[in-house]
Amino acid sequence: MANIERDEVSGTDTTGHEWDGIKELNTPLPNWWLWTFYATILFSIVYWILYPAWPTLSDYTKGVLGYSSRVNLTEDLEARDKARESWTKQFAALPIADIAKDRKLLEFAMAGGKVIFADNCAPCHGSQGSGAPGYPVLADDDWNWGGSLEEIETTIRFGIRSTHDDTRVSEMPVFSDDYLSPTQIAAVADHVLSLSGSGSASAAGAEVYAEECAACHGENGEGGRDFGAPRLTDGIWLYGGTKEALVAQIGNPKHGVMPHWEDRLSDVERKQAAIYVHSLGGGE
Amino acid sequence: MQETLEKNLVLLSIVTLITVAIGGLVQLVPLYTMETTIEKVDGMRPYSPLELAGRNIYVREGCYVCHSQMIRPFRDEVERYGHYSLAAESMYDHPFQWSSKRTGPDLARVGGKYSNDWHVAHMIDPRAVVPESIMPGYPWMADRPLGAEKIAGDMKTLQFIGVPYTDEQIENAQADLKAQANPEMGDADAMVARYPKAVIGDFDGNPSMITEMDALVAYLQMLGTLVDTTSYKTSPDGR
Repeated sequence: MANIERDEVSGTDTTGHEWDGIKELNTPLPNWWLWTFYATILFSIVYWILYPAWPTLSDYTKGVLGYSSRVNLTEDLEARDKARESWTKQFAALPIADIAKDRKLLEFAMAGGKVIFADNCAPCHGSQGSGAPGYPVLADDDWNWGGSLEEIETTIRFGIRSTHDDTRVSEMPVFSDDYLSPTQIAAVADHVLSLSGSGSASAAGAEVYAEECAACHGENGEGGRDFGAPRLTDGIWLYGGTKEALVAQIGNPKHGVMPHWEDRLSDVERKQAAIYVHSLGGGE
Repeated sequence: MQETLEKNLVLLSIVTLITVAIGGLVQLVPLYTMETTIEKVDGMRPYSPLELAGRNIYVREGCYVCHSQMIRPFRDEVERYGHYSLAAESMYDHPFQWSSKRTGPDLARVGGKYSNDWHVAHMIDPRAVVPESIMPGYPWMADRPLGAEKIAGDMKTLQFIGVPYTDEQIENAQADLKAQANPEMGDADAMVARYPKAVIGDFDGNPSMITEMDALVAYLQMLGTLVDTTSYKTSPDGR
């Protein structure tokens, strides 16, 4: 049993335990530590009362402050919407062209559009709309589906070959598979290159072009926006401008997909994004 | 009593177990009985076999080390990533992939945000599409056939621990996996009937083979797309 002794050297009692002749001093805890400890206990009791804390069998204690991160968020968002009302109301009511004409609204569109673009559009189209192979440059004046504010807004809303019912869709046929011979494809690739000043035009290539390509891309390669058919005269290429790249694209075309943003971005946000994209350099 | 406990190993173990068990029960039991733990929402379903295989790759490669799947209820997060994550949305996740660190962006609602082509290009070489990215590339996934022979076993295990896979789903695991990655290889309609909202298609642009890339992209493209969050309303007190 406990056999508490007073240690002569330190003047402190022992705990009374003994292990193989070794005894332990019962040094009291430092006061600063002890009071901090009591303070944390007190804090937790106050916390239990103020905030959601204890589970009960089918529910939990809600705390007298009624704290809820979800309610806080709702209030934050309501406050945001209210603060933005001065311009979002006009954004919703006005057609996009009128918004871009209003100096003050344009500033809101550009500031918000920049942020929206950086998160949602830049991964494919590059920051500043610099594009990448397969993802059109948005800073030039080559538009497959139209570069006016309204057209850009429509493209953002519905996407291209997206899962939206109203998506923009076009499909370039597969011309290999015995439809055109490799010689014909090479000739027409050369002809297409010649439209922008490189490659060598040939009668054979021109003939195939007139028969197979002109219906969408235009007789002189001016493009057809109704079908999203790229202009072929400007030396700007979505999938590369070498002869090999053209032969590959004619033989077995790639079809890029742009998601639709109707669900992810609000009407106002899409207008902001469209105005921002329009301003990148090529807006019509 | 202190001395009796200290000197009796078996008794000490038993009393320790009882003490820890009380703490555990108080914390855990209410989570099973509380009605608000997991919201009632429409649209949640277990992962399709292909998505599950993609999820296994996601776990294998440790994507959770850099990407969270947890949109917290704060204004900045909600504005960037969309509606905050609901508990119901990860109720079939074993283990869940909430993660706690974001070196890259949150992925809880990445489904449908980018095209399949983009995901493939990005996995092969992230800097090809996002020059400032520091993500490592995973180019081998495009070449490696998806070893998913045992996916039905995975589903059975999940069923055992409470994920509501039907026996019909487990029986058709291989067929559904193929049908989702290549509609010509199976009955895609039956697959979608078993897994509503599943995205069908050749995800990696290589119809000749079902690769790890197919599975991973299928998984990424469904993240956060099942529940219609616009229909979810918090109760007035926010719980």
